[in-house]
Amino acid sequence: MRIAVIGAGVVGSLIARELCKYDVEVLLIEKNLDVGWGVTKANSAILHAGYDDPIGSTRARFCSVGNAMFTELSRELDFEIKRIGSYVLAFNDEETAVLHKLLVQGEKNNVPDLTIHDRETILSREPMINPQVKMGLWAPTAGITEPWMVAIAAVENALENGLRLFLNEEVVDFEKREGRIINVITNKQVQRVDVVINAAGLFADEIAKLAGAEYVPLHPRKGQYILLDKKLGNTVRSIIFPTPTEKSKGILVLPTIDGGLLLGPTAEDLPSDRKSDLTTTNEGIQSVKNFALRLVPEIDFSLVVKTFAGLRPESPQKDFFIGKSEIVPNFVNAMAMRSPGLTAAPAIARYIVEEVLQQQMGLKLTTKKDFKPTRKGMKKYAELSLEEWQRAVKENPSAGRMICFCNEVTEAEIVEAIRRGARTLDGVKFRTRAMFGRCQGGFCMSKILKILERELGRDASQIVLKSPNSWVVDGKVRE
Amino acid sequence: MEKIVCVLCPMGCKIKYNAVDGKIVAVEGNRCPKGLSYLEEELKEPKRIVPTSVKVVNGELPLASVKTSKPIPKRLIPKFMELVKQVQIEAPVKVGDVIMKNVLDTGADVVATRSVRRISSA
Amino acid sequence: MSAAIAAAKKNLKVVIAERDEITGGILNQCIHNGFGLHYFKEELTGPEYAERFRDQLSRYADSIEVLTDCHVLRLNRNKKALLVSPKNVFELEAKVVVYAAGARERPFGSLMIPGDRPSGIFTAGVAQRLMNIDNRKVGRRALIVGSGDIGMIMARRLTLEGIEVVGVVERLPYPGGLLRNVIQCLKDFNIPLYLSSTVVEVKGRERLEEVIVASVDEQFRPIPNTEKSFKVDTLVLSVGLIPQVEMLNGLVSLDKRTRGIACSNTGQSSNEWIFAAGNCTAIFDLVDYVTKEGERAGEYASRYVNGERFSLGIPIVPGENVMLTFPNYYNDIDDLTLYLRCKKPMEKAVLKVGGFEKTFEDLIPSEMIVVKIPKQKLSNLDRIEVKLEEV
Repeated sequence: MRIAVIGAGVVGSLIARELCKYDVEVLLIEKNLDVGWGVTKANSAILHAGYDDPIGSTRARFCSVGNAMFTELSRELDFEIKRIGSYVLAFNDEETAVLHKLLVQGEKNNVPDLTIHDRETILSREPMINPQVKMGLWAPTAGITEPWMVAIAAVENALENGLRLFLNEEVVDFEKREGRIINVITNKQVQRVDVVINAAGLFADEIAKLAGAEYVPLHPRKGQYILLDKKLGNTVRSIIFPTPTEKSKGILVLPTIDGGLLLGPTAEDLPSDRKSDLTTTNEGIQSVKNFALRLVPEIDFSLVVKTFAGLRPESPQKDFFIGKSEIVPNFVNAMAMRSPGLTAAPAIARYIVEEVLQQQMGLKLTTKKDFKPTRKGMKKYAELSLEEWQRAVKENPSAGRMICFCNEVTEAEIVEAIRRGARTLDGVKFRTRAMFGRCQGGFCMSKILKILERELGRDASQIVLKSPNSWVVDGKVRE
Repeated sequence: MEKIVCVLCPMGCKIKYNAVDGKIVAVEGNRCPKGLSYLEEELKEPKRIVPTSVKVVNGELPLASVKTSKPIPKRLIPKFMELVKQVQIEAPVKVGDVIMKNVLDTGADVVATRSVRRISSA
Repeated sequence: MSAAIAAAKKNLKVVIAERDEITGGILNQCIHNGFGLHYFKEELTGPEYAERFRDQLSRYADSIEVLTDCHVLRLNRNKKALLVSPKNVFELEAKVVVYAAGARERPFGSLMIPGDRPSGIFTAGVAQRLMNIDNRKVGRRALIVGSGDIGMIMARRLTLEGIEVVGVVERLPYPGGLLRNVIQCLKDFNIPLYLSSTVVEVKGRERLEEVIVASVDEQFRPIPNTEKSFKVDTLVLSVGLIPQVEMLNGLVSLDKRTRGIACSNTGQSSNEWIFAAGNCTAIFDLVDYVTKEGERAGEYASRYVNGERFSLGIPIVPGENVMLTFPNYYNDIDDLTLYLRCKKPMEKAVLKVGGFEKTFEDLIPSEMIVVKIPKQKLSNLDRIEVKLEEV
């Protein structure tokens, strides 16, 4: 039995890992050079509590369940989550009424421990918030994580359990016989498959169309963000939301998992032919600034580290589109993973593998006896005790060579990241947090380039930032 | 008025001048006569010290920074760069080592401005 | 290095922790001329200047231990530093610390320029390191942002190595660096200088493809319909240096204007066992000045170890037409070597500090003014205001 998952974002990676628990051959096909570089790479990194999803929606079905699953998942796969809680703030009576609606909706969606706090309580916990706040909805189960790390960790674990990973490979067609898919055709090869699971993010509707299966039309919804220096990391302790509107959850102020301050996202609906438009705009960044200042009036914008944009796959129904196809019997969709896609991902993976494949489609899958459920993350030497670090350096001197000073990353960690699959500058960056800090690679990029050269046996001119033509340096100055 | 900076000494006088057909008709700002001769040279045959790099073989680093020991005529710089690109020197290199003597007959040498140690395995 | 040598001359034991593989800091990659005119009365390149001090260090090898590839990760209130190197990770307890960690470059991300996020965007220091140390060309066709000295010097460097430099973009209405560099780096190579201009957009899905530049008004705001397109694959940014002070967070006070460590003319910070010198206190123009300040910090740090105590002194504040001053406090233990920058270009102005006056001509903010003021001119003051009265 061979099952192909298309798309190694957080949803596809978790589905692939779930499948690796069984005695099946699992293929994970990803068009980018690394995992988690689509929608997964640029979003708010929030584990939503689940009060914001309409009752009875697919979102509601999976959000609070997925949120709870992250505790165990983060332990198994050794990635970081922080349950810092979230506030939805109301500044007037209409907004306060919305908070009460969300409270009721959340309770119906099985979101635990929702409460409404008054101004005094809010300001005592979050002194930097706009003092004009009236009330706030407090959700203690909300949290933050590092979304690409979830995908990276899931894939590492799946690889240890037999996954076959295909990077830099794009699905271009399917071959069918008697209405069933028999082959997946990529730009590199043809693979025979028994089942196809579509987790192709922004391009999932195009994949479904190629297969002749049902889909919802997807258009990219751009979200622009501003990231600020760790010096502002204690501005707020929890995730701060404004009262949501019909359109979106709004522009937020929240800490990042590594101690920075994140503002955003905007919600700009783009036409479906702009699925690669990751540009930031003046209007977008201005509106992030303005709306963020309404929530937290004192933000020092001279401490901006970077601005960036992410795209979410939005459908007209504003809901996930998950399930087996009625037209193509061996095709399953997991698409329109807009917010809260990250939060719902573990629950969706389990649902697809247990309910959809086995119960609804009747696949007989036997569990692997030797499935290794845990994955050990990379050691961070700067977090070791002095004695542990000394011992490590005696064995491996590169554990004592600091490469990224801003985020305290050693050469040993960079080499390990490469061993675990980093082939590009961003690959190193997303696995180690090197180049993510305040100097943005000013001190370490040239060193990391040399390390990649050495470890991959490739000339520096062949090393890219993130995509095949994003070369970093040209030839030598002196040949 | 045109402006140049005299680089002969730390004063760095900003010299303002007017020139017609290459001849100086007005000058001010130089604090000593050397500035005037610097200006004349600059108009007749501008010269520059050229800092650049030279390939190093068997060194701990691939390049040694070098410079011309004296200013050379600006118009010779492109040819000079062509020559520099052909050169390679064997490590170890010491500050002051003469890499090329009397380059392009200018009377200027090309000297190393940094040391590069030889790699131990070589 | 100069601080260490000053301390060694006073028979103290010194440990230098340098996180790069070699001492010398940024000088090692500054292969151009212009260093040492004041200090050595000779014009040297950066590496040569660094080598002179390395030679002196080895002369005091008995007193000075040089640890390279050694990063100080943390420093706590108990004077204990955590040193991390491939040889060992260990704690070192100091009697006094001289902090000379320099500055970092302002990264592209902090400018909030709209557009794509392609490869091919470098700060000048990174481009310089890649070209001069790592033997790598950064691209084929470049635009430089920032006409400070670093930007102009990189314009020449790239051009000499066959990379086409299409221009230098400067948001001020005048060049940001020395006239000498405008001549020798830009005019010599016919590289256009676009004043009162700024980058308003970068384009490129994977590698940089195009940069859009617009003219700006006096508040540096882009003027609509003045956009110019440059088809380049490389953008080199020289848009400011930021003192590196994060390691001393909570241990010392910073100056709001320089954003660097606030110091007295003894080099002492607000924390008596921490002295500082160089770009981590204020951004300096010339390494010659930085060297002198390093010596000063080393001297007084040694005197502190030997039991002398100094007060920070009276505050020095920037007044009329003065953007920033260094040092930030004055202790009358010695005369005052004062560094300052004017707020705007002035053809003629009189510097007034206490009882001291001096006239200057052709002042621009990017050229630091240095004066030595005898202490008699600064007596009977409870604060020192530094003014530049325009004539």
